[in-house]
Amino acid sequence: MNRSVVQTLGFLLLGFVALVVVAPILLVVGTIVARGISAINWQFISSMPHGGMREGGILPAIIGTLLLTLGTALVAVPIGIGGAIYLSEYARDTGLTRAIRLAIVNLAGIPSIVYGLFGLGMFVLFFRFGTSILAGSLTLAIMTLPVIISTAEEALRAVPQEFRTVSASLGGSRWQAVRNIVLPQALPGIITGVILGLLRAAGETAPILFTVAAFYLPRLPRSPLDQTMALPYHLYVISTQVPGMPLSVQYGTALVLLALVLSLNVVATVIRSHFRRQRQW
Amino acid sequence: MDSMVPKIRIQGVSYWYSGKPSLEGVTMEIPDKAITVLFGPAGGGKTTMMRLINRLNDMVDDTHMTGSILLDGEDIYAPGTDVSRLRRRVGMVFALPLPLPGTIRDNVLYGPRLAGARDSARLSEVVERSLQQAALWNEVKDRLDAPAISLSGGQQQRLCIARSLSLEPEVLLLDEPTSGLDPISTAKVEESLFELRERYAVVIVPHSVQQAARVADYAAFFLSGEMVERGNGPQVFTSPRDKRTEDYVTGRFG
Repeated sequence: MNRSVVQTLGFLLLGFVALVVVAPILLVVGTIVARGISAINWQFISSMPHGGMREGGILPAIIGTLLLTLGTALVAVPIGIGGAIYLSEYARDTGLTRAIRLAIVNLAGIPSIVYGLFGLGMFVLFFRFGTSILAGSLTLAIMTLPVIISTAEEALRAVPQEFRTVSASLGGSRWQAVRNIVLPQALPGIITGVILGLLRAAGETAPILFTVAAFYLPRLPRSPLDQTMALPYHLYVISTQVPGMPLSVQYGTALVLLALVLSLNVVATVIRSHFRRQRQW
Repeated sequence: MDSMVPKIRIQGVSYWYSGKPSLEGVTMEIPDKAITVLFGPAGGGKTTMMRLINRLNDMVDDTHMTGSILLDGEDIYAPGTDVSRLRRRVGMVFALPLPLPGTIRDNVLYGPRLAGARDSARLSEVVERSLQQAALWNEVKDRLDAPAISLSGGQQQRLCIARSLSLEPEVLLLDEPTSGLDPISTAKVEESLFELRERYAVVIVPHSVQQAARVADYAAFFLSGEMVERGNGPQVFTSPRDKRTEDYVTGRFG
C-alpha cells in the first residue's frame, strides 16, 4: 500500500473514532430532551410535588441539590485549594508529602456508595447531625476533595517557575509570590477544576442516600440540620419506587438535572477560554 | 581602582551541587561604583557565583558551600540574615527578559509594593526615576498602563532593569542581560550600564568576550569553577597573566 493511501485510511479511522466519542453525548442529550420536554412547564419546576409526585413539582429537589452543592463548595474549596497550594509551593519531597499524595489518590478511588455509608456512620450517627444537609455536604465534600486538590495543584504547577524566581530576586517571600503572581495566574485552571468537581457532586446519588435525601418532603429545608429532597435521588425514587409514574415526568426530571449539570459545564468552559486569552505565558 | 572600598568580598568560596563541585576556592573583591565582569566559557561557575551573592541559590536543594561572602563587611550567610532585605539591596537581572504579569507600571513597582510602599506620589517618582536610569523612560512614558508584554524584547529587558532599580539597590547583578537582544537594544543596555556604574556596584556576566572588553572596569576569568585571574579590565584583556586567559580571550577556545 502506498503512503498516501495509508495516511488517508489513518485519518478516516481517527475521524471515525472521534465521531464515536461524540455520539453518546448527543444520543443521551437527544433522548432525554425528546422524551422529557413535554413535561417541562413552569409549574413542574416551581411547585412542590403533588399528585403523589406523579404530576411533577420538583422545586424542593432543585433547591436541595443547589444547597448541597453550595455546602460542598464551602467545605471542599478552601481545604482543597489550601492543600494544593501547600503541595505545590511549600512541600518538600519527604515521606510525609508522599504519604499525603498517596492518601489523596486513594480517596479518589473509593466507591461512592462507600462514601455514603461512611457519611452515615461519621456525620449522621457519630457526630449526631442526623440526616441533614450538613451531613450530606460534608460527605460530598470529602468525595470532591481529591478532584479539587489535583486539578488545583496542576494549575499551580503550570505557572512558570521564572515568575517565582523573579519575585524572590525582588525580595518577595514565598507567600507573596503565591498571593500576588502564582495564584492569580492559576485561578482559571483552579476555577475550572472546582466547577467540574462540584458538578460531579451535584449529580451523585449514593453519598446522599443515607445522609440527607428525603423520599417525600413537600417543603423547602429550614436549616442546615434539616433533611431535603435532591434531584439525583428523586429521579431514582420516581423511576423505581412509585408505581404509575408517567414516563414524561421521569424524563422531565432527568432533563432538569442534565440542564443544571451541563450549564455549570458551559460556565466552566467559558471561564477557561476567557482567561486563556489573557494568559501571559 | 585599588583605592576603592570593596563593596563585596568573596573569600574562599567553594560550592557543590549534589556533590558535584561547581566553584573551587574563589577569592575576589567587587568594588563599588564600577563594572565588574565575570567572564569565561559556559559551565565555568559565573552564574552560580552571582546567584550566591543574592542568595538566590537558597531555592535549590542539595547544595553545599564553604567560604564566606561579605557585603559591606557583613557575612550574608550569617544565621538570622534577613534574606528579603539582602535581595532588595542586591538586585538581579536575568538572561531572558521576564516581565511579570501586568502593566509596565506594575512591573516597575512590584518590588517596592512587596516591601510595603503605598504613597502614590512617591511611587510615581520611583517609576519615572527607575525608567530613566534604565534608559527606557522616553519610550514608555505615555503608556505606563500598557501590558508589559507589549514591549519589544530589548524594551522588556530594560524594564526588568528598571524593576530591579526601583528598590534602590546597592549592587546590581546582570546575568547575560543582552543575550537575546538585537545590536541596537544591546547598545542601549550597555549605555545604561555606564550610567548605572556611577551609582551602583555593577556585576555582569557578558555574553561575549567583546562585550566584556567593552564594559569592564574590572574583570575576573572563570574556568571550570576556578577563578583563574582577575584585575583591571583593560589589563586582563590586552595583557593577561595566565595562558588560559589569553587563550580564551584570543578565541583559541570558548
